Amino acid sequence: MTAKLVAEFLDGEALKAAPQRVHTAGHAALEAFGPYPIEGLAEQLAQGRSAIRGVMLAGGLGTAAFAFALLWYSAVIDYPINSGGRPLNSWQVFLLVPFEVGVFAAALAGVIAFLWSCRLPRLHDAMFEIPGFERATQDRYFLLAASDGDPNELRTVLRDAGAVAVTELRTP
Amino acid sequence: MSEVLVPQHPPAHRWISAARAGDATVTQAVADPLFTGFGKIWWLALLITLPFVLWLFVAIAWLFYQGIGIWGINSTVVWGVAIANYVWWIGIGNAGTLISAMLLLTRQRWRASINRFAEAMTLFAVAIAGLMPIVHLGRPIYAYWLAPYPNTMALWPQWRSALVWDFWAILSYLLFSLLFWYVSLIPDLATMRDRTPHRAGQLLYGAFAMGWRGSSREWSRLQTLHTTMAALGVPLVCSVHSIVGLDFAASLMAGWQESIFPPYFVVGAMYSGFAMVVVLAAAIRWGLSLQAIITHRHFEVMARILLMASIVMFYSYATEWFMGWYGGEHADREVVRFEFTGTYAPLYWALLACNCLIPQLLWWPFARRSLFILIPVAIAINIGMWLERILIVWNTLSHGYMPSLWRAFHFTFWDWSFLVAPLGFFAFLFLVFVRLVPSISMFDVRELAHQEAAA
Repeated sequence: MTAKLVAEFLDGEALKAAPQRVHTAGHAALEAFGPYPIEGLAEQLAQGRSAIRGVMLAGGLGTAAFAFALLWYSAVIDYPINSGGRPLNSWQVFLLVPFEVGVFAAALAGVIAFLWSCRLPRLHDAMFEIPGFERATQDRYFLLAASDGDPNELRTVLRDAGAVAVTELRTP
Repeated sequence: MSEVLVPQHPPAHRWISAARAGDATVTQAVADPLFTGFGKIWWLALLITLPFVLWLFVAIAWLFYQGIGIWGINSTVVWGVAIANYVWWIGIGNAGTLISAMLLLTRQRWRASINRFAEAMTLFAVAIAGLMPIVHLGRPIYAYWLAPYPNTMALWPQWRSALVWDFWAILSYLLFSLLFWYVSLIPDLATMRDRTPHRAGQLLYGAFAMGWRGSSREWSRLQTLHTTMAALGVPLVCSVHSIVGLDFAASLMAGWQESIFPPYFVVGAMYSGFAMVVVLAAAIRWGLSLQAIITHRHFEVMARILLMASIVMFYSYATEWFMGWYGGEHADREVVRFEFTGTYAPLYWALLACNCLIPQLLWWPFARRSLFILIPVAIAINIGMWLERILIVWNTLSHGYMPSLWRAFHFTFWDWSFLVAPLGFFAFLFLVFVRLVPSISMFDVRELAHQEAAA
């Protein structure tokens, strides 16, 4: 059975050093929490690259292509107006609207991909049950670690890494 | 007011003047005033802005009822205050996102202290700007005709029209700015959720924080998203104000159809926007006692940017004059002559004083460091930029190709209303903003404080 422990640290440096020690001791560091983005933590926790940028590119280009097709269809096929002898397919000016809506669509796609990949919005999370976890968004740092063996051994490792409190995470 | 972050002289760090700015103190300094209330001054300020809000609504209602004839526009000068306002407000609106995105991409750490409220400034200014073309339409009930939708008239929008480009540019930009602002607000909303003593606050901030936990996965995804949005935001901002410039440049009028207009409008937008950020930064710094986070150095770097932009503006004006002469077109030369000697010449000279001359004070370091000099300079720039916008409209339209049609614009009460009341409305929105959400990005300042302490 896997035991999950949450360790609370006073500063980001201690948190940053902790995953390494947990790994060396043969346990798994699953996730870290803190009030600001700590550089290098995501790499240590092997959280892989996200697909957000790819989604944004696809969303932006797709929407821009759709917008251009709409402009072209409406101005060339469905409602052709000869305005001062200008060509019906004046594609140069048809690029402006697709650019604007394309950038917005890329941003929107990015936000949706971000929420999706972080499983937000969520109404509740087991972490919120940890005493003092409300300070993770203010001035405390937390590490979630798992052990397949003796949880007390992991507890000692976390204590040695500088944790001021170690709590067991109960997942339903 | 908060006195947890004590500024020091000389400043302890480059961008944070307090000797110790820990996570707890930064959080406390920014978040706690929102729970305890801002006291009498805030209420007084809100009370002062309320009549302006009412005034704006009355003016819009009267305009919708009566039509645009209530303004000083006439059959020659068909554009007026609404269009100048539109360009001016969208200029201010451009700066917030431009500043925030550009400083993020160029890794200017000091943006941490100003990005949040600069982005809020953008939102409100763009919203006000978006109102202006609609009130100017004459038949605002048909504003939705700008959108392509299946209709029984079998009509489509005219995609070659600058007005249609405007519609899409503003709409996309407003929604983009909202997302850009909200994304970087999520972690701070979570802080507010976890810190507020009130149940209602926990529910509201909690709902908008969407269950943010501050995990490293969330942080790294948020950073990926935010920097990518910033990279998209810079060209978007430039395109939006370029399209505003094209409203003029895509015409056939002397003084308007100039290829310099798009970049010249973008620089003008950044110029007036930065000037507005300086004013708002000073107000927030004083109102929330954040002298430790918004330091004199912040004002100094912003002053340098203002100085640079003023030089580029002067260069743009000079290019306009030169091209007016060099192009050899009689009408173009006449417009330049009319600018300097015609009906609106005093305003034109005032514009040059505000935008080109007065900002030269910022060459001196003491002027950049003194708020007593910098704030009046920033206000002068904003006045100068508004004059520039209105004069672009007036000079060309009042002095077109046909001398028999030359007429001047005369301000009416309703022109003044649309000039002054939106300023009060903007102040009102801004006051509500500082009261409800942290006006400084707490997580950015925490990160900055850690970097400063390590440096």
